[in-house]
Amino acid sequence: MNSGMWQALSPLLALSGGTVVLMLQIAFHRNPRWSVAITQLSLLLGAGLLLWLWPGSDYQSLLLRVDGYALLLNLLFILAAAVTCWLSPAYIALRSEQSGEFFLLLLLATIGAMILAQAVHVASLLLGLELLGVALYALIAYPDRSLLPLEAAVKYLVLSGAASATLLFGFALAYAGTGQLAFTGLSESLALAGSGAYTLVMAASVMIICGLAFKLSLVPFHMWTPDVYQGAPSPVTGFLATVSKGAVFAVFLRAFLETGAYQFPIILNSLAAIAVASMLVGNLLALRQDNVKRLLAYSSIAHMGYLLIVLLVCSDPANHDLAVEAALFYLVAYTVTTLAAFAVLTWPGYEQYQGPEHTELKHLSGLLWHHPLAGLLMLVAMLSLAGIPLTAGFVGKFYLFSAAVTGPHWLLLGSLVVGSGIGIYYYLRVVYYLLRRDDNHALLPNAGWHESCLAVVLLAAVLGLGIAPQSLIGWIQSIL
Amino acid sequence: MLVTLLLVLLGGGLLCLALDRFRPEAARLVSLLTLVVAALILASLAPLGPASAGPGNAWLAYVQMPWIPRFGISIELGLDGLSFLLLVLTLALGFIAVSASWTEISFRPGLFQANLLWTLAGVVGVFLALDLFLFFVFWEIMLVPMYLLIAVWGHEARAHAAYKFFIFTQVSGLLMLLAILVLAWTARTTGQALSFSYFDLLGQAPTGQLGMAIMLGFFIAFAVKLPAFGVHTWLPDAHTQAPTAGSVLLAGILLKTGAYGLIRFVLPLFPESSLAFAPIALGLGVAGILYGAVLAFAQDDFKRLVAYSSVSHMGFVLLGLYAFNALAQRGAVVQLVAHGISTAALFMMAGALQQRLHTRDMRKMGGLWQQAPRMGACALFFAMASLGLPGLGNFVAEFMVLAGLFAEHPITAALAALGLVTAAIYSLSLIQRAFQGPDNDQAKIDDFGPRELTTMAVMAAALLWLGLYPQPVLDLARIAPPLSLSGLSP
Repeated sequence: MNSGMWQALSPLLALSGGTVVLMLQIAFHRNPRWSVAITQLSLLLGAGLLLWLWPGSDYQSLLLRVDGYALLLNLLFILAAAVTCWLSPAYIALRSEQSGEFFLLLLLATIGAMILAQAVHVASLLLGLELLGVALYALIAYPDRSLLPLEAAVKYLVLSGAASATLLFGFALAYAGTGQLAFTGLSESLALAGSGAYTLVMAASVMIICGLAFKLSLVPFHMWTPDVYQGAPSPVTGFLATVSKGAVFAVFLRAFLETGAYQFPIILNSLAAIAVASMLVGNLLALRQDNVKRLLAYSSIAHMGYLLIVLLVCSDPANHDLAVEAALFYLVAYTVTTLAAFAVLTWPGYEQYQGPEHTELKHLSGLLWHHPLAGLLMLVAMLSLAGIPLTAGFVGKFYLFSAAVTGPHWLLLGSLVVGSGIGIYYYLRVVYYLLRRDDNHALLPNAGWHESCLAVVLLAAVLGLGIAPQSLIGWIQSIL
Repeated sequence: MLVTLLLVLLGGGLLCLALDRFRPEAARLVSLLTLVVAALILASLAPLGPASAGPGNAWLAYVQMPWIPRFGISIELGLDGLSFLLLVLTLALGFIAVSASWTEISFRPGLFQANLLWTLAGVVGVFLALDLFLFFVFWEIMLVPMYLLIAVWGHEARAHAAYKFFIFTQVSGLLMLLAILVLAWTARTTGQALSFSYFDLLGQAPTGQLGMAIMLGFFIAFAVKLPAFGVHTWLPDAHTQAPTAGSVLLAGILLKTGAYGLIRFVLPLFPESSLAFAPIALGLGVAGILYGAVLAFAQDDFKRLVAYSSVSHMGFVLLGLYAFNALAQRGAVVQLVAHGISTAALFMMAGALQQRLHTRDMRKMGGLWQQAPRMGACALFFAMASLGLPGLGNFVAEFMVLAGLFAEHPITAALAALGLVTAAIYSLSLIQRAFQGPDNDQAKIDDFGPRELTTMAVMAAALLWLGLYPQPVLDLARIAPPLSLSGLSP
């Protein structure tokens, strides 16, 4: 219990303290404004502490490691949580009796995601994953005035539970094979393991990959994605799509590198198959969606497939730094862009009805003319997801291309090109709806300064990362 | 200066956008003014003396500043004779496009002008960029405002046309991005730091299959834009559905970026692979000439006819470039300019007719000459230019291409020469069906006013000048690329 440890854990402690305060506030004096303020303050405090730790921190315990990688991702998750918190109050107030606990759950989920980014041990991985997952079940089911969120939450709960069980069994097998649970320990005993242990460990790896692939909604574990995306309240969907997936990918990448899993052809081949399948299936299924949230769900399947390329590039140890760099940039770009898209879908004026959400494509019709700022944000988000230059998404895709051309990954590159090509069609469909000028819009959104501020910030982030990516690249490089 | 040129166009676009809210009619004036400023900047860079900037002192103007040092990417712009020529064409057609949209656009005119200027900025960037990454950025980004022009202000089937246009060019663009990256990373393994600069990549292309594959990545992207036979199907739709100013820009300059890419990048970066690929490229060129001409003849839609004639004319460019003959290559450059002007004029004619008759169907036209003799005369002039009447620019270009090609591949040249005959057929049938014959239309239509007449007169004068005294253009094409045209002739 030295001071270095307290420093390194201070962001986590700040958020944990925030949850306690928030819980007491809800118990003694319910007031949604206070809840939002406490949440935002603890997020702000957490972000401040992260920046204070930057960049020299490299604290390692048995369970957690607070290095630059974890700090950068934690900052990203905290910012994403802050955006979600900024978006939610009006939405939740319309759709549920009480809104205080929503923010409590949001803080807990964020803590889970932060732990995942720091995890270097199977136990902390599970701890983070379950904290994130359990909070998400409740977040998804939070609106109590319609059935769709409940259905989505049950679906997510059952499937996610099965995935966690698979994951746990995988860890048990790995422990049986090597007697280790820490990532680095696994790596050492893998090198020494005999052929009997090899079989056990490979079986374990496949189960672990399946469990994590479920959380990342990779093909063929993607079935839950569209339903949960559609059923969950839009701000939560944005959180799920960015923070939850980002955190799981973060721990996946760290485990993949530190356990030395990249040396085994079986693992690499199965990951390559999953990546190619995700890119193609995700994009193909997105083609015929008329609901924007379902469309984004399938698109996220494809994007996670693109991101898997990074893992395969790691098969050559010389590329590890480039791969991590590409993954971090891509995650940041993807998070910012996806949040932008969901911010438009949550736009409170757009959601004035308490009934089902208005997220069909036809509801976006003519948005650019009726509400230029929201329309522009959606337009830029779609272009960024499609990977058009001068947006964050393009630089991310450029990173993936750069990483993949360093080795003989022609199949992956081919799928990336084909997938992106298909993707352009459905992103353009959304853009086309935004631009339609023939029908009259019944729901004229009215933007307050609250939404406009956020829209401007997100717009600036997506375009800024696309036009001047060097500052973020410099940041990322400084921590590798 | 080069950066200022880009910024002026971008800034002008923003200003138009800002005016869209409260003074939409002022936007077109701002747009015009922006183009005047851009033209003045370009004029200040005119190649009066010997080129003295940039690597090898071979550039009229050159600028380089770091952008993304992580990947060795810089903002590297260079102006040589060829770029200058194409920039003049770009800005000239910019004026024409503004003129064509003066009264045609009623929905959000400010936003329209903004997109027009941004498209021009993208094209100017393409013609100036010497960093391959930057080139790619301009190449892709110019599509977005063009897509908006088609998707928002286009005609009845605009959605389909806009999708097709965007997807064709984007997917081929991704192949080019892949090719650029493979080229840069293979060049890096030979010892230097990662760089996307044109000068660092010259002579670095791998030989053999990999070199051919990279070359094809570039070629496909440029062939789609050109368009070459087989990947041209986006063109008739996009040209037909775009608003007049959009068609002018598409046919006049966006197609030229494909040819420019071949001249600037494919031929100099991959000389060996290009030579090996030449027979296929020549075949595509001949096929495009004949196929485009036959389909043009079969069209009832005025704009579609002109669009297919573009496929045919751009076939000559492909032939000229892959003939590997100095005369033919210079002819191809002249063809870029001449075709840009003559097609822009024909599209403007189509737009003017549509504005008056609310149709592009030539079966509903006929006898228009009696009502609008000035329109008829202009149409006849540009139809003559398009069919290659001696004394006009297109004749010079096509003659040079054919003469150069004949020296290398006589049979190909003979086949391509059929294109001149077929061009006469479809051009004359256009005049016959729209302007001659009995008067189908009862309603009275207005003849060209002073604005339209001036625009047409300027374009006619340019074509005449190009046809009677093409030497200045040929000179520009010669000082132009130190390595692209003259360096390659065997």
